[in-house]
Amino acid sequence: MTEPLLSVRDLGKHYTSRGTNLTILHGISFDIGKGEAVGLVGESGSGKTTIGRSVLRLVEPSAGSVRFDGTELTTLSESEMRRTRPRMQYIFQDPFASLSPRMTIGEILTEGLKIQGIATSSERMDRARKALEQVDLPPDAVSRYAHEFSGGQRQRIGIARALTLAPEFIVADEPVSALDVSIQAQVINLLRDLQQNLGLTMLFISHDLAVVEYICDRVIVLYLGRIMEIAPSAELYAKPLHPYARALLSAIPSPDPDAPRESQILKGDIPSVANPPSGCVFRTRCPLALPACAQIVPDLREMAPGRFKACIRDDLD
Amino acid sequence: MDTMQQAPDTILDVKGLRTVFRIRSGELTAVNAIDLTVGAGETLALVGESGSGKSVTSLSVMRLLTRNIGMIAAGTVRLKRKNGAVSDLVSLSEREMRRVRGDDIGMVFQEPMSSLNPVYTIGDQISEPIRIHRGADRKAAMDAAVSLLDSVGIPDAVRRAGQYPHELSGGMRQRATIAMALACDPTLLIADEPTTALDVTIQAQILALLQKLQRERGMAMLFVTHNLGVVAQIAHRVAVMYAGRIVETGPVAEVFRNPRHPYTMGLLASMPKIGEASRMKQAGKKLYAIPGMVPGLMNMPKGCAFEPRCQFAKQNCCEAVPPLFDVNRHHQTRCNRWREISDEIGQ
Repeated sequence: MTEPLLSVRDLGKHYTSRGTNLTILHGISFDIGKGEAVGLVGESGSGKTTIGRSVLRLVEPSAGSVRFDGTELTTLSESEMRRTRPRMQYIFQDPFASLSPRMTIGEILTEGLKIQGIATSSERMDRARKALEQVDLPPDAVSRYAHEFSGGQRQRIGIARALTLAPEFIVADEPVSALDVSIQAQVINLLRDLQQNLGLTMLFISHDLAVVEYICDRVIVLYLGRIMEIAPSAELYAKPLHPYARALLSAIPSPDPDAPRESQILKGDIPSVANPPSGCVFRTRCPLALPACAQIVPDLREMAPGRFKACIRDDLD
Repeated sequence: MDTMQQAPDTILDVKGLRTVFRIRSGELTAVNAIDLTVGAGETLALVGESGSGKSVTSLSVMRLLTRNIGMIAAGTVRLKRKNGAVSDLVSLSEREMRRVRGDDIGMVFQEPMSSLNPVYTIGDQISEPIRIHRGADRKAAMDAAVSLLDSVGIPDAVRRAGQYPHELSGGMRQRATIAMALACDPTLLIADEPTTALDVTIQAQILALLQKLQRERGMAMLFVTHNLGVVAQIAHRVAVMYAGRIVETGPVAEVFRNPRHPYTMGLLASMPKIGEASRMKQAGKKLYAIPGMVPGLMNMPKGCAFEPRCQFAKQNCCEAVPPLFDVNRHHQTRCNRWREISDEIGQ
């Protein structure tokens, strides 16, 4: 792997709610190389959005370290962090909530540049027009408002906003989940083209494993705030190592009428973060759990080059 | 396949349904010329993207359109009821309709939290239809509610019946709304995106549950969804909707294996598929994307609504709305050029 642009070590996030301590993230460690697209997958409450936001310090991590291009971000002051942010941008899930209805598209796209004091106002507008072209929207959209655009177009505007600052690193948080299938494919292709053509490094958050497989080089599988497995995409989808990754993959209904239909259905619900199981957090739903799984918190271990899993059952591989 | 050859005992028979919305400047047609049948023990999936009219169709069947705005302008919705009588729901009074909903038709919606009342216990809400439609007393209705909770796989049903919706997880809440829908043994279950708000492992549980319950009870099921994977998992037949009309319908395996409408082809091709995506990426192949957008109700094309986005369109496609053509006895497509297109793509 190339030298990591982003290096996350032992990232943790806790909240205290009515006297109870909620651990949202625990011991999250991973690297992302320059130009690499890494997927974060998991179900509700797995902590994927909290990781994405913690990396940019949109929420403050409670523990651990986040190094970006050699700089430790967690100890930066607010103003130092602000100087770093143009290099790191965020694409939000909801194309309706993330664009101000009162600002023109031009104002939305140039706001970051203006805050950073970059370029003159007419140069900024030129950059906004260029960013719109990059996402296949007409440059004259700068004078229009968000409500004049469809969901897919708004998501393109959200992507253009992230691009105007010419970032090296982008966190894309469920950027296609709110879109219809036919529009989703357009935006997926756009994101992949941009990532490859601009050499962007990307953390791509999604609950949709098929979209992640298409966009990402490597995938991190989360469950209840912990990493279960890390693997190169092709390998994960061909042969997941962790029982949760297996179950997650087999739960996705395939549109192929000839696909095997014996999906392994997990029992029970995702436990509450307020009351996580002892030992391995997945053991309460794991079809392969042993008594020992309730005692041991499994470490994330490298099983083969680039393949990590947090499961004590090595006899299954 | 054999069971599909013979016409099953028809429960729902929709003919020529047209639903309009009244706006200041006139009327907008939301769905048009909808023909559907669902047999006992059969699941028909109604699939389409936002604005295709799939939910308007299911709301029309239930007669739950917003009053004074949405209106059934034409067509019949014939339902075989529990007593064996067939009623045209379009002509029933609101009072009679209230006897049908919850008794002959069970309904499950997308968001379990908004279809449950937060101030009543789960048990109260499931026993309500039993008291109203069956005239059962409180105690008997509550006992029935508990056994229903048990049958939808909610452990510790007695305790759960005494809890409020916020005390249940999303998956458990959806199980509870399914129990409520089944309380009076309906002949037809309408499920409108019942798993869309759920995580994928919970979705798998709910789909398996619905399949099991349907098999046990021999209900007809109308399943509305945007997810083609879910369709393949749960339905026997599918009706693909686009811009307010059914554009293709047939047995799921046949339609998905050999789609005969360019929109269905495009939808299937634009879905990233597990296990295939890494190979496509390595080969530098792009995901197929249908160009453009769905037309708005205000500016529907005169001819085929898909024509502006269709790579196979020819001059005559924009002249008139194509009728449904028979691909075979069970499979229809609303495409003038389906035969030529099949030859072109070599199927």
